[in-house]
Amino acid sequence: MSTNEQHAAFDLDAAWQLHPQVSVRPERFGALLYHFGTRRLSFLKSPALLTVVESLGTQPSARAACASAGISPAEMPGYARALETLAASQMIRGRTAA
Amino acid sequence: MTVTAAPLPLTEQFKAGLDAPICLTWELTYACNLSCVHCLSSSGRRDPRELSTAECKRVIDELERMQVFYVNIGGGEPTVRPDFWELVDYATAHRVGVKFSTNGVRITPDAAAKLAGSDYIDVQISLDGATAEVNDAVRGRGSFDMAVAAMRNLAAAGFTGFKISVVVTRRNVSQLDDFKALADSFGAQLRITRLRPSGRGADVWDELHPTASQQRELYDWLVARGENVLTGDSFFHLAGYGQELPGLNLCGAGRVVCLIDPVGDVYACPFAIHDAFRAGNVRDTGGFAEVWRSSALFTDLRRPQSGGACTSCSAFDACQGGCMAAKFFTGLPLDGPDPECVRGFGEAALAAAGSGSAPRPSGDHSHRVTPPPGRTLSGSRQPVPVSIGPRPADQPVSASWRSVPDRACDSSPLAGFRPVAETQPAQR
Repeated sequence: MSTNEQHAAFDLDAAWQLHPQVSVRPERFGALLYHFGTRRLSFLKSPALLTVVESLGTQPSARAACASAGISPAEMPGYARALETLAASQMIRGRTAA
Repeated sequence: MTVTAAPLPLTEQFKAGLDAPICLTWELTYACNLSCVHCLSSSGRRDPRELSTAECKRVIDELERMQVFYVNIGGGEPTVRPDFWELVDYATAHRVGVKFSTNGVRITPDAAAKLAGSDYIDVQISLDGATAEVNDAVRGRGSFDMAVAAMRNLAAAGFTGFKISVVVTRRNVSQLDDFKALADSFGAQLRITRLRPSGRGADVWDELHPTASQQRELYDWLVARGENVLTGDSFFHLAGYGQELPGLNLCGAGRVVCLIDPVGDVYACPFAIHDAFRAGNVRDTGGFAEVWRSSALFTDLRRPQSGGACTSCSAFDACQGGCMAAKFFTGLPLDGPDPECVRGFGEAALAAAGSGSAPRPSGDHSHRVTPPPGRTLSGSRQPVPVSIGPRPADQPVSASWRSVPDRACDSSPLAGFRPVAETQPAQR
Protein backbone atom coordinates (compact mmCIF):
# COMPACT_ATOMS: atom_id res chain seq x y z
CA MET A 1 0.00 0.00 0.00
CA SER A 2 2.91 2.33 0.47
CA THR A 3 4.82 3.96 -2.30
CA ASN A 4 8.40 4.80 -1.64
CA GLU A 5 9.46 7.72 -3.78
CA GLN A 6 10.83 9.93 -1.11
CA HIS A 7 12.85 7.84 1.29
CA ALA A 8 16.40 8.78 2.08
CA ALA A 9 18.98 6.62 0.31
CA PHE A 10 19.67 3.36 2.08
CA ASP A 11 22.99 3.15 3.89
CA LEU A 12 24.55 -0.03 2.55
CA ASP A 13 27.59 0.39 4.74
CA ALA A 14 25.71 0.48 8.00
CA ALA A 15 24.92 -2.59 10.11
CA TRP A 16 21.28 -3.73 9.97
CA GLN A 17 19.14 -6.42 11.47
CA LEU A 18 15.67 -7.86 11.21
CA HIS A 19 13.31 -6.13 13.62
CA PRO A 20 12.83 -8.44 16.63
CA GLN A 21 9.03 -8.29 16.21
CA VAL A 22 9.21 -9.55 12.64
CA SER A 23 8.50 -13.15 11.66
CA VAL A 24 9.82 -14.58 8.41
CA ARG A 25 8.14 -17.38 6.49
CA PRO A 26 10.08 -18.74 3.51
CA GLU A 27 7.97 -19.39 0.41
CA ARG A 28 8.74 -20.61 -3.11
CA PHE A 29 8.98 -17.06 -4.43
CA GLY A 30 11.05 -15.71 -1.52
CA ALA A 31 9.36 -15.04 1.79
CA LEU A 32 6.55 -13.42 3.68
CA LEU A 33 7.39 -11.03 6.48
CA TYR A 34 4.98 -10.02 9.20
CA HIS A 35 5.61 -7.29 11.74
CA PHE A 36 3.67 -7.93 14.93
CA GLY A 37 4.10 -4.36 16.10
CA THR A 38 2.89 -2.54 13.00
CA ARG A 39 0.72 -5.51 11.94
CA ARG A 40 1.97 -5.16 8.40
CA LEU A 41 2.82 -7.79 5.89
CA SER A 42 5.62 -7.58 3.33
CA PHE A 43 6.88 -9.86 0.64
CA LEU A 44 10.44 -10.69 -0.32
CA LYS A 45 10.26 -11.41 -3.99
CA SER A 46 13.35 -13.59 -4.34
CA PRO A 47 15.12 -16.29 -2.35
CA ALA A 48 18.36 -14.29 -2.73
CA LEU A 49 16.77 -11.31 -1.00
CA LEU A 50 15.69 -13.63 1.80
CA THR A 51 19.30 -14.81 2.18
CA VAL A 52 20.42 -11.19 2.40
CA VAL A 53 17.79 -10.25 4.96
CA GLU A 54 18.50 -13.29 7.12
CA SER A 55 22.22 -12.57 7.18
CA LEU A 56 21.93 -8.85 7.96
CA GLY A 57 22.19 -9.42 11.69
CA THR A 58 25.48 -11.31 11.47
CA GLN A 59 27.23 -9.29 8.76
CA PRO A 60 29.09 -6.06 9.49
CA SER A 61 27.11 -4.17 6.84
CA ALA A 62 24.26 -4.58 4.38
CA ARG A 63 26.84 -4.48 1.60
CA ALA A 64 28.68 -7.41 3.19
CA ALA A 65 25.39 -9.30 3.58
CA CYS A 66 24.68 -8.81 -0.14
CA ALA A 67 28.20 -9.87 -1.09
CA SER A 68 28.00 -13.02 1.01
CA ALA A 69 24.70 -13.88 -0.71
CA GLY A 70 26.44 -13.65 -4.07
CA ILE A 71 24.84 -10.38 -5.21
CA SER A 72 26.89 -8.77 -7.97
CA PRO A 73 27.80 -5.07 -7.85
CA ALA A 74 25.50 -4.51 -10.85
CA GLU A 75 22.55 -5.90 -8.89
CA MET A 76 23.37 -3.88 -5.77
CA PRO A 77 21.17 -0.82 -6.50
CA GLY A 78 18.08 -3.01 -6.80
CA TYR A 79 18.83 -4.67 -3.50
CA ALA A 80 19.51 -1.31 -1.88
CA ARG A 81 16.05 -0.16 -2.98
CA ALA A 82 14.44 -3.31 -1.61
CA LEU A 83 16.25 -2.91 1.72
CA GLU A 84 15.29 0.74 1.84
CA THR A 85 11.64 -0.24 1.50
CA LEU A 86 12.04 -2.76 4.31
CA ALA A 87 13.70 -0.15 6.51
CA ALA A 88 10.92 2.35 5.80
CA SER A 89 8.32 -0.15 6.97
CA GLN A 90 10.42 -1.06 10.04
CA MET A 91 10.91 -4.65 8.92
CA ILE A 92 14.65 -4.13 9.34
CA ARG A 93 16.39 -1.56 11.47
CA GLY A 94 19.83 -0.15 12.12
CA ARG A 95 22.06 -2.06 14.51
CA THR A 96 24.81 -0.55 16.58
CA ALA A 97 28.03 -2.39 15.83
CA ALA A 98 28.54 -5.34 18.13
CA MET B 1 1.30 -4.02 2.21
CA THR B 2 4.73 -3.42 0.83
CA VAL B 3 5.99 -5.20 -2.23
CA THR B 4 9.71 -5.50 -2.57
CA ALA B 5 11.99 -6.16 -5.59
CA ALA B 6 9.95 -7.94 -8.19
CA PRO B 7 11.09 -10.42 -10.78
CA LEU B 8 7.66 -12.09 -11.25
CA PRO B 9 4.24 -10.71 -10.43
CA LEU B 10 3.38 -11.89 -6.94
CA THR B 11 -0.22 -12.39 -7.90
CA GLU B 12 0.88 -15.13 -10.30
CA GLN B 13 2.74 -16.83 -7.46
CA PHE B 14 -0.26 -16.48 -5.17
CA LYS B 15 -2.64 -17.97 -7.69
CA ALA B 16 -0.67 -21.20 -7.48
CA GLY B 17 -1.09 -21.27 -3.70
CA LEU B 18 1.29 -20.94 -0.77
CA ASP B 19 2.62 -23.41 1.80
CA ALA B 20 0.28 -21.85 4.34
CA PRO B 21 -2.42 -19.20 4.11
CA ILE B 22 -1.41 -15.55 4.42
CA CYS B 23 -4.68 -14.82 6.03
CA LEU B 24 -6.86 -17.33 7.77
CA THR B 25 -10.32 -16.64 9.10
CA TRP B 26 -11.49 -18.76 11.97
CA GLU B 27 -15.10 -18.53 13.05
CA LEU B 28 -14.94 -19.79 16.63
CA THR B 29 -18.64 -20.15 17.21
CA TYR B 30 -21.99 -19.82 15.48
CA ALA B 31 -23.43 -18.43 18.72
CA CYS B 32 -24.22 -14.74 18.63
CA ASN B 33 -26.06 -12.22 20.74
CA LEU B 34 -27.15 -10.39 17.59
CA SER B 35 -29.05 -11.44 14.47
CA CYS B 36 -27.64 -9.15 11.80
CA VAL B 37 -29.77 -9.40 8.68
CA HIS B 38 -26.74 -9.89 6.40
CA CYS B 39 -24.77 -12.37 8.54
CA LEU B 40 -22.35 -14.26 6.27
CA SER B 41 -22.41 -17.35 8.43
CA SER B 42 -26.15 -17.35 9.32
CA SER B 43 -25.08 -17.28 12.96
CA GLY B 44 -27.19 -17.24 16.08
CA ARG B 45 -27.17 -20.60 17.84
CA ARG B 46 -24.14 -22.56 18.97
CA ASP B 47 -23.50 -25.74 17.02
CA PRO B 48 -23.29 -28.79 19.30
CA ARG B 49 -20.35 -30.11 17.27
CA GLU B 50 -18.29 -26.95 17.93
CA LEU B 51 -14.54 -27.60 18.39
CA SER B 52 -13.60 -28.09 22.03
CA THR B 53 -10.97 -26.02 23.79
CA ALA B 54 -8.42 -28.83 23.37
CA GLU B 55 -9.24 -29.17 19.67
CA CYS B 56 -8.88 -25.42 19.17
CA LYS B 57 -5.47 -25.53 20.85
CA ARG B 58 -4.40 -28.32 18.51
CA VAL B 59 -5.39 -26.14 15.56
CA ILE B 60 -3.33 -23.28 17.01
CA ASP B 61 -0.34 -25.65 17.40
CA GLU B 62 -0.67 -26.48 13.72
CA LEU B 63 -0.90 -22.82 12.72
CA GLU B 64 2.26 -22.17 14.70
CA ARG B 65 4.06 -24.99 12.88
CA MET B 66 2.84 -23.65 9.53
CA GLN B 67 3.94 -20.14 10.51
CA VAL B 68 0.54 -18.59 9.99
CA PHE B 69 1.33 -15.16 11.40
CA TYR B 70 -2.15 -14.32 12.55
CA VAL B 71 -5.72 -15.49 12.41
CA ASN B 72 -8.81 -13.39 11.92
CA ILE B 73 -11.15 -14.70 14.55
CA GLY B 74 -14.86 -14.19 14.09
CA GLY B 75 -18.15 -15.96 14.46
CA GLY B 76 -20.87 -15.64 15.47
CA GLU B 77 -19.69 -13.50 18.29
CA PRO B 78 -16.39 -15.12 19.30
CA THR B 79 -16.18 -13.46 22.70
CA VAL B 80 -19.23 -15.36 23.96
CA ARG B 81 -17.23 -18.59 23.95
CA PRO B 82 -16.36 -19.18 27.60
CA ASP B 83 -12.79 -20.12 26.60
CA PHE B 84 -12.34 -17.14 24.25
CA TRP B 85 -9.66 -15.34 26.32
CA GLU B 86 -7.93 -18.63 27.07
CA LEU B 87 -7.65 -19.36 23.34
CA VAL B 88 -6.45 -15.83 22.58
CA ASP B 89 -3.75 -16.17 25.24
CA TYR B 90 -2.78 -19.59 23.94
CA ALA B 91 -2.47 -18.31 20.37
CA THR B 92 -0.39 -15.28 21.24
CA ALA B 93 1.86 -17.35 23.51
CA HIS B 94 2.52 -19.50 20.44
CA ARG B 95 3.30 -16.52 18.23
CA VAL B 96 0.05 -16.73 16.33
CA GLY B 97 -1.30 -13.20 16.33
CA VAL B 98 -5.02 -12.65 16.76
CA LYS B 99 -7.27 -10.15 15.05
CA PHE B 100 -10.78 -10.65 16.22
CA SER B 101 -14.08 -9.23 15.08
CA THR B 102 -16.68 -8.40 17.66
CA ASN B 103 -19.89 -6.48 18.01
CA GLY B 104 -18.41 -5.14 21.23
CA VAL B 105 -20.61 -7.03 23.67
CA ARG B 106 -17.76 -8.05 25.94
CA ILE B 107 -15.30 -5.21 25.41
CA THR B 108 -15.60 -3.93 28.95
CA PRO B 109 -13.07 -1.46 30.39
CA ASP B 110 -11.20 -4.45 31.91
CA ALA B 111 -11.13 -6.37 28.64
CA ALA B 112 -10.03 -3.22 26.80
CA ALA B 113 -7.12 -2.74 29.23
CA LYS B 114 -5.99 -6.32 28.69
CA LEU B 115 -6.20 -5.95 24.91
CA ALA B 116 -4.28 -2.68 24.96
CA GLY B 117 -1.42 -4.46 26.71
CA SER B 118 -0.68 -6.93 23.92
CA ASP B 119 1.15 -6.38 20.65
CA TYR B 120 -0.25 -9.61 19.33
CA ILE B 121 -3.93 -8.74 19.46
CA ASP B 122 -5.92 -6.52 17.16
CA VAL B 123 -9.62 -5.79 17.42
CA GLN B 124 -12.27 -5.05 14.82
CA ILE B 125 -15.54 -3.59 15.97
CA SER B 126 -18.33 -4.23 13.48
CA LEU B 127 -20.56 -1.30 12.64
CA ASP B 128 -22.85 -0.99 9.65
CA GLY B 129 -24.14 2.53 10.07
CA ALA B 130 -22.56 5.78 11.21
CA THR B 131 -25.82 6.51 13.01
CA ALA B 132 -27.86 4.28 15.29
CA GLU B 133 -30.77 4.46 12.87
CA VAL B 134 -28.86 3.08 9.89
CA ASN B 135 -26.79 0.61 11.93
CA ASP B 136 -29.55 -0.83 14.07
CA ALA B 137 -31.80 -1.50 11.08
CA VAL B 138 -29.20 -4.08 9.99
CA ARG B 139 -27.55 -5.17 13.25
CA GLY B 140 -30.38 -4.87 15.74
CA ARG B 141 -31.67 -2.39 18.26
CA GLY B 142 -29.02 -1.17 20.71
CA SER B 143 -26.12 -2.54 18.66
CA PHE B 144 -24.84 0.91 17.69
CA ASP B 145 -24.60 2.04 21.30
CA MET B 146 -22.97 -1.26 22.26
CA ALA B 147 -20.31 -0.90 19.54
CA VAL B 148 -19.59 2.72 20.40
CA ALA B 149 -19.28 1.84 24.10
CA ALA B 150 -16.68 -0.77 23.15
CA MET B 151 -14.79 1.79 21.05
CA ARG B 152 -14.85 4.24 23.90
CA ASN B 153 -13.48 1.58 26.26
CA LEU B 154 -10.68 0.68 23.85
CA ALA B 155 -9.72 4.31 23.29
CA ALA B 156 -9.81 5.02 27.03
CA ALA B 157 -7.50 2.05 27.63
CA GLY B 158 -5.03 3.50 25.13
CA PHE B 159 -5.69 0.93 22.41
CA THR B 160 -5.04 2.93 19.26
CA GLY B 161 -5.37 1.63 15.75
CA PHE B 162 -8.21 -0.78 16.41
CA LYS B 163 -10.44 -1.25 13.40
CA ILE B 164 -13.98 -0.15 12.77
CA SER B 165 -15.28 -2.68 10.29
CA VAL B 166 -18.12 -1.66 7.99
CA VAL B 167 -19.99 -3.70 5.41
CA VAL B 168 -20.89 -1.25 2.66
CA THR B 169 -24.61 -1.29 1.85
CA ARG B 170 -27.12 0.79 -0.05
CA ARG B 171 -28.04 2.46 3.25
CA ASN B 172 -24.58 3.48 4.46
CA VAL B 173 -22.57 4.22 1.32
CA SER B 174 -23.43 7.91 1.80
CA GLN B 175 -21.90 7.77 5.30
CA LEU B 176 -18.33 6.88 4.32
CA ASP B 177 -16.99 10.26 5.43
CA ASP B 178 -18.88 9.93 8.71
CA PHE B 179 -17.37 6.48 9.36
CA LYS B 180 -13.93 7.91 8.66
CA ALA B 181 -14.54 10.78 11.06
CA LEU B 182 -15.78 8.36 13.72
CA ALA B 183 -12.66 6.21 13.31
CA ASP B 184 -10.44 9.28 13.48
CA SER B 185 -12.16 10.46 16.65
CA PHE B 186 -11.16 7.21 18.40
CA GLY B 187 -7.67 6.99 16.89
CA ALA B 188 -9.00 3.92 15.10
CA GLN B 189 -8.70 2.78 11.49
CA LEU B 190 -11.63 2.37 9.13
CA ARG B 191 -12.05 -0.94 7.34
CA ILE B 192 -14.78 -1.30 4.75
CA THR B 193 -15.75 -4.52 3.02
CA ARG B 194 -18.15 -5.70 0.41
CA LEU B 195 -21.62 -7.02 1.18
CA ARG B 196 -21.83 -10.63 0.02
CA PRO B 197 -24.95 -12.62 -0.79
CA SER B 198 -23.67 -15.32 1.60
CA GLY B 199 -25.54 -16.75 4.57
CA ARG B 200 -28.46 -14.49 5.50
CA GLY B 201 -26.89 -11.94 3.17
CA ALA B 202 -28.65 -13.81 0.37
CA ASP B 203 -32.00 -12.81 1.85
CA VAL B 204 -31.24 -9.08 1.87
CA TRP B 205 -28.91 -8.83 -1.10
CA ASP B 206 -31.45 -7.36 -3.53
CA GLU B 207 -32.45 -4.75 -0.99
CA LEU B 208 -29.02 -3.85 0.43
CA HIS B 209 -26.31 -4.27 -2.18
CA PRO B 210 -25.10 -0.91 -3.52
CA THR B 211 -26.73 0.32 -6.71
CA ALA B 212 -24.59 0.80 -9.82
CA SER B 213 -24.29 4.54 -9.18
CA GLN B 214 -23.38 3.89 -5.52
CA GLN B 215 -20.65 1.49 -6.64
CA ARG B 216 -19.17 4.29 -8.69
CA GLU B 217 -19.48 6.62 -5.70
CA LEU B 218 -17.69 4.05 -3.54
CA TYR B 219 -14.92 3.57 -6.08
CA ASP B 220 -14.37 7.32 -6.42
CA TRP B 221 -14.30 7.64 -2.64
CA LEU B 222 -11.71 4.86 -2.33
CA VAL B 223 -9.51 6.45 -4.99
CA ALA B 224 -9.78 9.91 -3.43
CA ARG B 225 -9.85 9.14 0.27
CA GLY B 226 -8.97 5.48 0.67
CA GLU B 227 -5.28 5.88 1.48
CA ASN B 228 -5.53 4.77 5.10
CA VAL B 229 -8.71 2.78 4.76
CA LEU B 230 -8.49 -1.01 4.84
CA THR B 231 -10.65 -3.00 2.46
CA GLY B 232 -9.63 -6.63 2.95
CA ASP B 233 -9.04 -6.54 -0.83
CA SER B 234 -12.78 -6.97 -1.13
CA PHE B 235 -13.55 -4.43 -3.85
CA PHE B 236 -11.32 -5.73 -6.60
CA HIS B 237 -14.36 -6.09 -8.84
CA LEU B 238 -14.44 -2.26 -8.89
CA ALA B 239 -11.02 -2.20 -10.57
CA GLY B 240 -12.99 -2.56 -13.80
CA TYR B 241 -13.67 1.19 -13.55
CA GLY B 242 -10.07 1.81 -14.50
CA GLN B 243 -7.64 2.24 -11.66
CA GLU B 244 -6.52 -0.73 -9.60
CA LEU B 245 -7.23 -0.35 -5.91
CA PRO B 246 -4.51 -1.00 -3.33
CA GLY B 247 -4.14 -4.66 -2.46
CA LEU B 248 -3.70 -7.89 -4.32
CA ASN B 249 -6.66 -7.58 -6.70
CA LEU B 250 -7.18 -11.27 -6.96
CA CYS B 251 -9.50 -13.85 -5.52
CA GLY B 252 -7.47 -15.50 -2.78
CA ALA B 253 -9.94 -18.31 -2.05
CA GLY B 254 -8.06 -21.52 -1.32
CA ARG B 255 -4.87 -19.86 -2.59
CA VAL B 256 -3.87 -17.38 0.09
CA VAL B 257 -6.97 -17.36 2.31
CA CYS B 258 -9.42 -19.84 3.73
CA LEU B 259 -11.93 -20.26 6.52
CA ILE B 260 -12.16 -22.67 9.44
CA ASP B 261 -15.72 -22.77 10.73
CA PRO B 262 -16.80 -23.51 14.32
CA VAL B 263 -17.12 -27.26 13.72
CA GLY B 264 -13.70 -27.44 12.04
CA ASP B 265 -14.86 -27.47 8.43
CA VAL B 266 -12.39 -25.76 6.11
CA TYR B 267 -13.89 -23.60 3.35
CA ALA B 268 -12.19 -21.77 0.50
CA CYS B 269 -13.09 -18.36 1.90
CA PRO B 270 -15.18 -16.73 4.63
CA PHE B 271 -17.93 -15.92 2.14
CA ALA B 272 -18.36 -19.43 0.85
CA ILE B 273 -19.85 -21.48 3.66
CA HIS B 274 -21.45 -24.08 1.43
CA ASP B 275 -20.74 -27.75 0.74
CA ALA B 276 -19.53 -26.81 -2.74
CA PHE B 277 -16.58 -24.95 -1.19
CA ARG B 278 -15.81 -27.27 1.72
CA ALA B 279 -12.31 -28.71 1.38
CA GLY B 280 -12.19 -30.88 4.50
CA ASN B 281 -12.17 -30.71 8.28
CA VAL B 282 -9.41 -30.02 10.81
CA ARG B 283 -10.51 -33.17 12.62
CA ASP B 284 -9.54 -35.26 9.55
CA THR B 285 -6.32 -37.30 9.67
CA GLY B 286 -3.59 -34.90 8.63
CA GLY B 287 -5.39 -31.97 10.21
CA PHE B 288 -5.59 -28.49 8.77
CA ALA B 289 -2.19 -28.62 7.06
CA GLU B 290 -3.24 -31.60 4.96
CA VAL B 291 -6.51 -29.91 3.95
CA TRP B 292 -4.67 -26.72 3.01
CA ARG B 293 -1.92 -28.44 1.06
CA SER B 294 -3.63 -31.37 -0.61
CA SER B 295 -7.40 -31.16 -0.64
CA ALA B 296 -8.95 -31.74 -4.05
CA LEU B 297 -10.90 -28.47 -3.89
CA PHE B 298 -7.93 -26.25 -3.06
CA THR B 299 -5.73 -28.02 -5.61
CA ASP B 300 -8.38 -27.26 -8.18
CA LEU B 301 -8.70 -23.59 -7.16
CA ARG B 302 -4.92 -23.20 -7.61
CA ARG B 303 -5.02 -24.33 -11.24
CA PRO B 304 -5.27 -21.58 -13.84
CA GLN B 305 -8.90 -20.52 -13.89
CA SER B 306 -10.92 -19.88 -16.99
CA GLY B 307 -12.37 -16.41 -17.32
CA GLY B 308 -15.14 -17.88 -19.45
CA ALA B 309 -17.39 -15.24 -20.95
CA CYS B 310 -15.36 -12.50 -19.25
CA THR B 311 -12.05 -13.24 -20.97
CA SER B 312 -12.86 -11.06 -23.98
CA CYS B 313 -13.78 -8.06 -21.79
CA SER B 314 -11.19 -5.28 -21.62
CA ALA B 315 -11.67 -5.01 -17.86
CA PHE B 316 -10.90 -8.67 -17.16
CA ASP B 317 -7.23 -8.17 -16.31
CA ALA B 318 -8.28 -5.65 -13.67
CA CYS B 319 -11.31 -7.33 -12.09
CA GLN B 320 -10.48 -11.01 -12.77
CA GLY B 321 -14.18 -11.74 -13.10
CA GLY B 322 -14.94 -10.62 -9.54
CA CYS B 323 -15.96 -12.63 -6.50
CA MET B 324 -16.59 -16.36 -6.69
CA ALA B 325 -18.92 -16.38 -3.69
CA ALA B 326 -20.97 -13.45 -4.99
CA LYS B 327 -21.50 -15.32 -8.24
CA PHE B 328 -22.26 -18.63 -6.62
CA PHE B 329 -24.85 -17.35 -4.16
CA THR B 330 -26.64 -15.30 -6.81
CA GLY B 331 -26.88 -18.35 -9.07
CA LEU B 332 -24.32 -17.19 -11.63
CA PRO B 333 -21.71 -19.44 -13.28
CA LEU B 334 -18.27 -19.10 -11.68
CA ASP B 335 -16.59 -18.35 -15.00
CA GLY B 336 -18.93 -15.48 -15.84
CA PRO B 337 -19.36 -11.91 -14.62
CA ASP B 338 -19.78 -10.84 -11.02
CA PRO B 339 -23.38 -9.83 -10.14
CA GLU B 340 -22.03 -6.33 -9.49
CA CYS B 341 -19.90 -6.22 -12.66
CA VAL B 342 -19.14 -2.54 -13.24
CA ARG B 343 -19.69 -2.95 -16.97
CA GLY B 344 -23.25 -4.08 -16.30
CA PHE B 345 -22.77 -7.66 -17.53
CA GLY B 346 -23.88 -9.00 -14.16
CA GLU B 347 -27.42 -7.73 -14.57
CA ALA B 348 -27.75 -9.45 -17.92
CA ALA B 349 -26.32 -12.67 -16.49
CA LEU B 350 -28.73 -12.55 -13.55
CA ALA B 351 -31.65 -12.07 -15.91
CA ALA B 352 -30.44 -15.03 -17.98
CA ALA B 353 -29.94 -17.23 -14.90
CA GLY B 354 -33.50 -16.49 -13.77
CA SER B 355 -34.87 -16.34 -10.26
CA GLY B 356 -34.61 -19.44 -8.13
CA SER B 357 -31.27 -20.47 -9.58
CA ALA B 358 -29.30 -19.40 -6.50
CA PRO B 359 -28.23 -22.26 -4.21
CA ARG B 360 -29.40 -22.11 -0.63
CA PRO B 361 -26.80 -22.07 2.14
CA SER B 362 -25.93 -25.56 3.42
CA GLY B 363 -26.18 -24.64 7.08
CA ASP B 364 -28.23 -22.23 9.11
CA HIS B 365 -27.63 -21.38 12.77
CA SER B 366 -29.99 -18.40 12.84
CA HIS B 367 -31.90 -17.65 16.01
CA ARG B 368 -35.39 -19.02 15.93
CA VAL B 369 -37.88 -16.31 15.17
CA THR B 370 -40.77 -18.13 16.84
CA PRO B 371 -40.37 -19.46 20.36
CA PRO B 372 -40.76 -23.15 21.12
CA PRO B 373 -44.05 -24.15 22.75
CA GLY B 374 -44.14 -23.14 26.37
CA ARG B 375 -41.44 -20.50 26.08
CA THR B 376 -41.19 -16.89 25.19
CA LEU B 377 -38.18 -15.78 23.16
CA SER B 378 -36.61 -14.43 26.32
CA GLY B 379 -36.67 -17.96 27.69
CA SER B 380 -39.24 -17.63 30.45
CA ARG B 381 -41.51 -20.61 30.87
CA GLN B 382 -45.24 -20.54 30.28
CA PRO B 383 -47.69 -23.20 31.37
CA VAL B 384 -48.05 -25.82 28.65
CA PRO B 385 -51.28 -27.70 28.25
CA VAL B 386 -50.40 -31.37 27.76
CA SER B 387 -52.36 -34.48 27.21
CA ILE B 388 -51.11 -38.03 27.51
CA GLY B 389 -51.37 -40.41 24.62
CA PRO B 390 -49.92 -41.07 21.22
CA ARG B 391 -49.16 -38.18 18.92
CA PRO B 392 -52.17 -37.39 16.74
CA ALA B 393 -51.67 -38.72 13.24
CA ASP B 394 -52.13 -35.28 11.71
CA GLN B 395 -49.37 -33.66 13.78
CA PRO B 396 -45.76 -33.88 12.60
CA VAL B 397 -43.01 -35.05 14.94
CA SER B 398 -41.48 -31.64 15.19
CA ALA B 399 -43.56 -28.58 15.74
CA SER B 400 -43.69 -25.94 13.06
CA TRP B 401 -41.17 -23.62 14.71
CA ARG B 402 -38.27 -25.84 13.86
CA SER B 403 -37.51 -29.10 12.16
CA VAL B 404 -34.81 -30.70 14.36
CA PRO B 405 -35.09 -31.95 17.92
CA ASP B 406 -34.13 -29.67 20.78
CA ARG B 407 -30.62 -30.00 22.21
CA ALA B 408 -29.25 -28.77 25.46
CA CYS B 409 -26.52 -26.72 23.81
CA ASP B 410 -28.98 -24.78 21.69
CA SER B 411 -29.69 -22.65 24.72
CA SER B 412 -28.74 -19.02 24.63
CA PRO B 413 -24.96 -18.51 24.58
CA LEU B 414 -25.50 -15.53 26.81
CA ALA B 415 -27.43 -17.25 29.57
CA GLY B 416 -26.66 -15.49 32.81
CA PHE B 417 -24.73 -12.74 31.07
CA ARG B 418 -25.70 -9.08 31.19
CA PRO B 419 -24.50 -7.18 28.13
CA VAL B 420 -23.13 -3.65 28.26
CA ALA B 421 -26.24 -2.45 26.53
CA GLU B 422 -29.53 -4.23 26.14
CA THR B 423 -29.92 -5.59 22.66
CA GLN B 424 -32.70 -7.11 20.67
CA PRO B 425 -32.43 -9.25 17.58
CA ALA B 426 -32.87 -7.23 14.43
CA GLN B 427 -36.28 -7.03 12.86
CA ARG B 428 -36.22 -9.06 9.71
